[in-house]
Amino acid sequence: MRRFLSALIVLGLIMFFISTLPLIPEFGKASLSKVSRAFIDKDVNGNGGNIQYGVSKDLENGAANVVTSIVVDYRSFDTLGEVTVLFTSALGVGIILSGYKRKKFGREPNFILRVSVGILLPLILLFGAYVFIHGHLTPGGGFPGGTIIAAGILLLYLSNEEFDLSKTVKFVEGISGSLYVIVGLLGLAVSGVFLINFLPTGVVGNLFSSGIVPIIYILIGFKVGAELSGIVAELHREG
Amino acid sequence: MINVIIIFIGILMAISAIFAVESKKIIDSFIALSLMSLLSVFLFVIMKAPDVAITEASVGAGLTTAVLVLALRKIGGDKE
Repeated sequence: MRRFLSALIVLGLIMFFISTLPLIPEFGKASLSKVSRAFIDKDVNGNGGNIQYGVSKDLENGAANVVTSIVVDYRSFDTLGEVTVLFTSALGVGIILSGYKRKKFGREPNFILRVSVGILLPLILLFGAYVFIHGHLTPGGGFPGGTIIAAGILLLYLSNEEFDLSKTVKFVEGISGSLYVIVGLLGLAVSGVFLINFLPTGVVGNLFSSGIVPIIYILIGFKVGAELSGIVAELHREG
Repeated sequence: MINVIIIFIGILMAISAIFAVESKKIIDSFIALSLMSLLSVFLFVIMKAPDVAITEASVGAGLTTAVLVLALRKIGGDKE
C-alpha cells in the first residue's frame, strides 16, 4: 500500500512537471523585464544602437551569456577566489580522510552497473565538456560542467575496483589552476590590468568569441572536475 | 497560472525540508534534500535563471547526494 501510494505521488509529480513545461517561454522569445533589456542592450563602446546576436562584433566583452561575462570577465578575480575556496575545501577533505588504500569489496560490481557505465560514461563526459566549452554562449559554465564530469568519475569509481585517478587528478588540478593565474598575469603584462580580456572578442554568438572567457572557463571546468573527483576519491578510500 | 505553480512548488519544498529535518533515518533526509534541490531547479527555470538552475541540478541534486551517501558509509552506516 505504501509503495503504491509513493509511486502514485511520484507519477503525479512527473505529470505536473511535464504539463507545466509549455509555460516556459520559447528559446529567445522570453519577455524580458526593462532592467534585463537595458543591461543586454548597453553598448559600452559608445556607438549606440542595439546589439544583435550573430552580427555585432568587437564588443567590449562579446559573451552571449550575460552571467558568464560578469563571472569570468568583469568579476574574474572573485572567481579566482571562489576556485581557491573550493581548492581549500578539497585540501581539507584530503587532510582529514588521509587513507591510502582503496576499499575493496572483493567481488565484481553489479552487471547492470558495469555495462551501463560503458554506455553512459562517454555521454556524461561529453555533456560536461559541452557545458563548460559553451559557457559563454549557453547557460552553464565551468562549475556545473566540472561537477558533471566528477559525477561521471564517481560512476567509474563505483563500477571498477581497480580504477584509480588520484595522481592524475592532482596533476590536472595544479596545471589548470596555475594556467588561470598565468592568463591573468598575461593580461597584466599586455594591458596593465590583472585578468583583463586582452584577446579580440569576435562576433557575438560564435564559439571562438569573447577573448579569454572560453579559455578561462575551460580551465575552471578542468580544475573543478579534478577537485571534486579528488573529493570523491578520498571518500572512497579506506580510512 | 504561473503564480499558482510557484506557490505549489514552494509548499512542496517546505514539506520536503521539514521531512529532511524530522525523518528518523539519515538516508531519508538525503533523499528529501535532493528532492528539495530538484524542486528549486524547477523554480529557477521558471524565474529565468538557467545558469543557477544548471549549477543547482548538478551540484545540489547530483553530487551532494552522492558525497553525503559516501560520507554516511564512511562513518559506519545509519546507527543511532
